[in-house]
Amino acid sequence: MSIEARNITKTFGAFTALRDVTLEVRTGELVALLGPSGSGKTTLLRIIAGLEIPDCGSILFHGEDATDRRVQERRVGFVFQHYALFRHMTVFDNVAFGLRVMPRRIRPTRDEIRARVQKLLALVQLDFLANRYPSQLSGGQRQRVALARALAVEPKVLLLDEPFGALDAKVRQELRRWLRRLHEEINVTGVLVTHDQEEALEVADRVVVMNAGRIEQVGTPEEVFHHPATEFVMHFLGHVNVFHGRVEGDKAFFGALELEYPNGASTGSLAVRGFVRPHDLEIDLQPGETTLLEGTIAHLNAAGPQVKMELLTVMGEIIHVETTQERYRALNLARGQRVFVRPREIKVFLGNRSG
Amino acid sequence: MDRPSRRGRRKRRILPGFGLSLGFALLYFSLIVLIPLGALIVRSAGMSLGQFWSTVTAPRVLASYRLSFGAAFVGAAINVVFGGVVAWVLVRYRFPLRKLIDALVDLPFALPTAVAGIALTTIYCTNGWIGRLLDPHVRVAFTPLGVIVALTFIGLPFVVRTVQPVLEDLDAEIEESAASLGANRRQTFVRVILPELWPALATGFALAFARAIGEYGSVIFIAGNMPMKTEITPLLIWIKLEQFDYAGATALAVVMLAASFVLLLLINLLQRWASRRQHAYGD
Amino acid sequence: MSTASLNIPLRRSAQRSTAEPALIRWTLVGVAVLFLALFLFLPLAAVFGQAFERGVGAYFAALRDPDAWSAIRLTLLTAGIVVPLNMVFGVAMAWAVAKFEFRGKSVLITLIDLPFAVSPVISGLIYVLLFGLQGWFGPWLLEHNIRIMYAVPAIVLATAFVTCPLVARELIPLMQAQGTEEEEAAVVLGARGWQTFFRVTLPNIKWGLLYGVILCNARAMGEFGAVSVVSGHIRGLTNTMTLHVEILYNEYNFVGAFAVASLLTFLALVTLGAKSLVGWKPGRRADKSSAEAAQDNPPAPPEAGVRAGTA
Repeated sequence: MSIEARNITKTFGAFTALRDVTLEVRTGELVALLGPSGSGKTTLLRIIAGLEIPDCGSILFHGEDATDRRVQERRVGFVFQHYALFRHMTVFDNVAFGLRVMPRRIRPTRDEIRARVQKLLALVQLDFLANRYPSQLSGGQRQRVALARALAVEPKVLLLDEPFGALDAKVRQELRRWLRRLHEEINVTGVLVTHDQEEALEVADRVVVMNAGRIEQVGTPEEVFHHPATEFVMHFLGHVNVFHGRVEGDKAFFGALELEYPNGASTGSLAVRGFVRPHDLEIDLQPGETTLLEGTIAHLNAAGPQVKMELLTVMGEIIHVETTQERYRALNLARGQRVFVRPREIKVFLGNRSG
Repeated sequence: MDRPSRRGRRKRRILPGFGLSLGFALLYFSLIVLIPLGALIVRSAGMSLGQFWSTVTAPRVLASYRLSFGAAFVGAAINVVFGGVVAWVLVRYRFPLRKLIDALVDLPFALPTAVAGIALTTIYCTNGWIGRLLDPHVRVAFTPLGVIVALTFIGLPFVVRTVQPVLEDLDAEIEESAASLGANRRQTFVRVILPELWPALATGFALAFARAIGEYGSVIFIAGNMPMKTEITPLLIWIKLEQFDYAGATALAVVMLAASFVLLLLINLLQRWASRRQHAYGD
Repeated sequence: MSTASLNIPLRRSAQRSTAEPALIRWTLVGVAVLFLALFLFLPLAAVFGQAFERGVGAYFAALRDPDAWSAIRLTLLTAGIVVPLNMVFGVAMAWAVAKFEFRGKSVLITLIDLPFAVSPVISGLIYVLLFGLQGWFGPWLLEHNIRIMYAVPAIVLATAFVTCPLVARELIPLMQAQGTEEEEAAVVLGARGWQTFFRVTLPNIKWGLLYGVILCNARAMGEFGAVSVVSGHIRGLTNTMTLHVEILYNEYNFVGAFAVASLLTFLALVTLGAKSLVGWKPGRRADKSSAEAAQDNPPAPPEAGVRAGTA
């Protein structure tokens, strides 16, 4: 079932959580709402669920207006950040709850409920814990129970509010992969809220980057990472170095470096900021035509798939560079060494366009 | 397409039962509490100011204020000192039957006031267990002293239960650091611990005081109820009602209510002061 | 005898290095116990002592007295009406206050405590002003031959007034600490109003509710001042147990008075026992503490076995 949010605005007192947000989620895809706290992502999720009511705007499920439908009628599955398991019920009773409260006419029989719950518990690999209470489970187990509970009523849409936020790093990673596989198996439309960009990029089909109540960019993980539409998106996803420069006509100037910039400012000189990812910076031992700046290696960490360095520029700034192990060995890089940095690509944002 | 919000939508609640629960609760509360209290206020407004004043300042009434408020004050003060000791001992030390004694501290709260009244009278009257020991130098029953005893009983749990949680939350490290800086035990107590307890002690005092000024059942047996000597204000109200002097009873009630509300406000402020001090320790 | 042998153990918070000398400790415990004995234990002992002064036979005879019995019956009837009503009120108020936000909520919470600020005599007075002969409704009631004042209805009303905050005050902090997440989860799963309340909320508050009801019951049965004002003091008809105790005492029938008083004292002790039990109940502690435990971060790999509970 597809979800459409149109022109949603929501304020809490003096605080505006969402400003005229429009979003579409296609049937069967898993979309991540990614952003810092206060960006409005959880509010949007709760509005879709029916747990909050927007000041204006509408929500459509499969083209039908659901804005006035109560939570109980929306048939969405919601997984809370802190699980919200019913603490006095066993795991089995928790998962069976949604089925047991259905109106008589459509409620399945006791045996059907039992079969369905057992199947779900097997799906989340918790069938051996069916008679435990939530207080006896670990965080990761509780979250899987919460997921099974949400799936029990066969919702058309699955909404997850920072489901792995309260968990350990390792548990988070495992559950992330597990969720991805689960989604491929069940294929229900899903919306996931997270502030962890690694999570969003790894799990989602499309990522919606949000900031201060607005959507900054919507796209596949590759799109938002490699082709960020705004400064915020670039900053938020991955590390970035910032350089100050000018745009004049169809040329951009960063330090001594002059670059072609076809869609530049038509009149006069515009001060801009250029963004470069650490792995888009190349290290040379000699200056060249496209050298951006010079610096000394202040810190070097070769323990990892890539070699990470911190360079202290002649201006006294720190920039982050990532290079391959091969290059590091080839150049025999070491702390204190004087090197020259050349960018493969600099991103500049004028207004909302990227170049 | 921009959909403006609809009137009905704004008031909708997510969880069910708001209207029903609040509606019933307000209805019940109004019928049982608010309207009857309102009737009192309205009634008192019907009296002329002169009549009101002469009623509430009659000599017998003034004597009853002195007793009710005075004994309540002394009782609450006694509770602050000894109740504080009780709280300290219950929190800090271990001794046999501690848990039992801890549970019994709430007795004045759960015991009917009349039962407390007759029990205290029996003990403190001249041939009672304690009374006979003190006779003839000190008479407790049928004197203001008896009233003080009764009001101390009534207020006992308030100070203890207000101070206990504060003592329990007190960080041992504060005392340890005072000791490491050279303070002896007395200095530590006076300079470090006691300041932490002031808000709770003050709140407990106010609560015990507020409770005691209106107390009736546990006092009237031991007081003796002699006009101008051992009559408490609630008893005067009762007497006026028996004589169908509704106006007089109402006037006195208004005075007592005014005092109670001022105290309630004071207690509210004290509790806020107390919780601010407590939360300062990373609650 | 050296003070070192006066071994009063200290609790975890007071370390050896910062503890008071044993003499001080001993003195403080002594003072505390003496104070409590004077004001607490003695009265308790006096009730039972006086009740059994003439022996067990006289005790039971006093309880079998018909007037005592009708007092007991009236008290039970009053409690039987007042406690369920106040329980429903308490639950409704706690639900509205704990699960929703609305204007004037903090004012309402303060207002609930009103009956505590009012002297019992005044609690009775207000009903006399409404329903007494010179009261607002007095003439109308007389006309229609309805007896409220100086009869059972007034007793019920006055008792309801005095005890109505009790259940609410017990439930409100409890339900506020538990939050609304479980109820939200329930409605998302499709549960309707009553289902949510009975299946999700009620099991979580059951111990707090039970204690509130027990306390409300004890106070309702033990109310004296308010009931004294509105009752007709008619022996055998409009006397509750506490009023009956007063009458017997004033007639110097001490055994009788203390015999009935002992029943009420017993009820008070049961209430205190219930409070201790509920306080130690893992369920109740867990109700309050698992509200915070939800924030915990128990690290464990997904395949690990079950961890020990914190219940």
